Amino acid sequence: MYKKHIVVTALLLFATNLFAQVTKDTLGEVIVRGSSKSIRKSYSVTGNTATLTSKELLKAACCNLAESFETNPAIDVNYADAITGTKQIKMLGLTSPYLLISEENVPSVRGASQAYGLSFTPGTWVESIQITKGAGSVVNGFESISGQINTELLKPMTDIPFYLNVYGSSDARFEVNTHLTHRLSEKWATSLLLHGNTRVSKNDMNDDGFLDNPLSKQINFLNRWQYGDAQKGWVSFINFRYMDDDKQMGEVDFDKDRDRGTTNFWGAEINTERLDVSAKLGYVFPDMPYQSIGFQTAFNSHNQESYFGLRTYDIKQNSFYTNLILNSIISNTRNKFATGINFTYDDYSEYLSNLDFSRIDNSIGAFFEYTFDNSDDFSLVAGLRADGHNRLGFFLTPRLHVRYNPWDQAVLRVSAGRGKRAANIFAENQQLLASARTFDIQNNNGDIYGLNPEIAWNYGISFMQKFNLFSKSAEVVFDFYRTDFQNKVVTDLYQSPQQVIFYDLEGNAYANSFQAEFNLEIIKHVDLRTAYKFYDISTDYTTGKMQQPLQAEHRFFANLGFQTHILDKGQQWKFDVTYNWNGEQKLPFTETNPVEYRLPENSPSFSLVNAQITRTFSSTFEIYVGGENIGNYKQPNPILGSDAPFGANFDSSIVYAPVFGQMYYAGLRFKIK
Amino acid sequence: MKNLLLMLVMFLTITTTANAQEKKNKNAKHDVEINGNCDDCKKRIEKAAYSVSGVKSAIWDIESHNLHVILNEQKASIADVKTKIAAIGHDSNDVFATDEVYENLHQCCKYDRKAQE
Repeated sequence: MYKKHIVVTALLLFATNLFAQVTKDTLGEVIVRGSSKSIRKSYSVTGNTATLTSKELLKAACCNLAESFETNPAIDVNYADAITGTKQIKMLGLTSPYLLISEENVPSVRGASQAYGLSFTPGTWVESIQITKGAGSVVNGFESISGQINTELLKPMTDIPFYLNVYGSSDARFEVNTHLTHRLSEKWATSLLLHGNTRVSKNDMNDDGFLDNPLSKQINFLNRWQYGDAQKGWVSFINFRYMDDDKQMGEVDFDKDRDRGTTNFWGAEINTERLDVSAKLGYVFPDMPYQSIGFQTAFNSHNQESYFGLRTYDIKQNSFYTNLILNSIISNTRNKFATGINFTYDDYSEYLSNLDFSRIDNSIGAFFEYTFDNSDDFSLVAGLRADGHNRLGFFLTPRLHVRYNPWDQAVLRVSAGRGKRAANIFAENQQLLASARTFDIQNNNGDIYGLNPEIAWNYGISFMQKFNLFSKSAEVVFDFYRTDFQNKVVTDLYQSPQQVIFYDLEGNAYANSFQAEFNLEIIKHVDLRTAYKFYDISTDYTTGKMQQPLQAEHRFFANLGFQTHILDKGQQWKFDVTYNWNGEQKLPFTETNPVEYRLPENSPSFSLVNAQITRTFSSTFEIYVGGENIGNYKQPNPILGSDAPFGANFDSSIVYAPVFGQMYYAGLRFKIK
Repeated sequence: MKNLLLMLVMFLTITTTANAQEKKNKNAKHDVEINGNCDDCKKRIEKAAYSVSGVKSAIWDIESHNLHVILNEQKASIADVKTKIAAIGHDSNDVFATDEVYENLHQCCKYDRKAQE
């Protein structure tokens, strides 16, 4: 029992105080009890965190992190553009650059990998995801503004020896995932995770002459080593990872060997190669289970070479990150603290059409986070960090989270905090490269592309209440969050359809988001989740105050899950349906285009239905079939000027709805336990 | 001579014991049985344990009734912890709540008392 306690504590070591309990919970659920809920929201953790277990991830069609949020209302999944097939996520109305996306608490999707990074982690590798709304913890850095998404990968010590997943879909995408895990000794275990996906045939369902989805292939390889010595209190992880992803997009008749650099046909390629090496070492003092030291370090090299028509864009980022944390108590375990330092180094080589934007960024910071928990109805996490950054200067980042249970089955949370970041304007707005737009920066003598750092405060309040409705278990959740920008790098698509203009905010920019959620267990094994979301994302552009383009003001979400009772040999049926309604979205300005290339001011509203059926034959074998966008809703003309892609009105970035219509898929999972 | 040797041994034993007692453990672990029933008792018992200065960690398990305490012996003893807990109505093996305090416990915490020796 005591040994187990140390192992669990040791595994927690890397988690921050804010999330420690969530991780512990996850481990407990996954290893010991076998989770019954696929999304868990704690009433006793300080942060507003929802944990998605691997069970929840199985409900989405496929296949990587970017696609795994479709059954969950906290995150909105949007379409990045009409050519790359990339899905973009938003939280509280802000896109992923304003989130801290980390893998096992090491920042992962940042800088050069911002646009496509989420699609580089295969869904089957994920053990659980923690989604935290609002300011977040100071332990992992200063960059997060509207929230944090942390992914925990499968752990060699607890994973099954063999796993195979094969997937194929009607849009000609095929995937294979193979996991091999071997326990070498009492203290060492290793896993080899292999992923491959490819799309070999060309699809053009809307007959615009352009591929609806890229031709692609990806190989992705991860080797993990885990060490654990319960008696002495040591834990360690070592990871080696390599990924190579190639995508070809553009006109159906584009031949990359023949047509690249010419105006025969419009085409694009994005080739990304990535190497990651990381290690963690943790020590829990055997006679003081509440005191631990954690060290983590990560090196990665991310190299993207791409062109969009005649425009080339190459970005290479070599990063080094290291973090040292001490967790301990002040007099007793009701008063905990985490303190430490981190160091980040990023070497960017960035070329846009041969213009050189290469640079080196580095920062060093120290943090202190205090947690008070009366182990009853009140807890508080107060954190402060101080950082010195070669472009952002020296600055403080304070963050506060408070939780209070006013009465039974209820929790009230408030949070406030500051975030600051350097906007990587090209990497974050890559979808605009596949257009005729010129990129114009209104130089403000700042240190980042001539612009200044983005600074924002985020404030939030959240209330959850569980109750019984006609003797069924029900839950309501109300969230309100506001992000106030002191400075923002404005991406202006309202001035001209031939331009994107970047400039420092003058005036106000804010993002208000409100979410009301109602969840009900209709009968045993039948769960309903519903959510209504309202967004007011407003920025003072030079032409006046406007809502952010391509952002629905109203959204509605519903998910219905039904599972039959598990029989003796593990046989089970699972059914899952998700409904998403997207309200009208403001579209970028196209008034000055010739009339055939003009878009209305707002997009129409539309709805999408996804469904999945899983049949488990035994605890080792299951198959699943499903459909996405069953109603077959397609944006009528996703590529503006597709008849003249080298003309002045070409734009593939104005996408508010699916480009591809109905999509059906099937797959199987086989395990050896 | 024999007596002298015996005295020397005794003297050494006493001094080492005394030394051992002087070198008090800052992270001493204790497991004691505390009587109680429910989640509410858990909160009350742990709260009482934490109110003793020097207690660093206190976790009470509902199933086994075991209270796992880590305390700084320079500041407190396990007896202090038991006394504080008895004062709010929960018996241990050798420190008992008064009948009056026990009678005032919330319904869910009215555990079955063991006979006092």
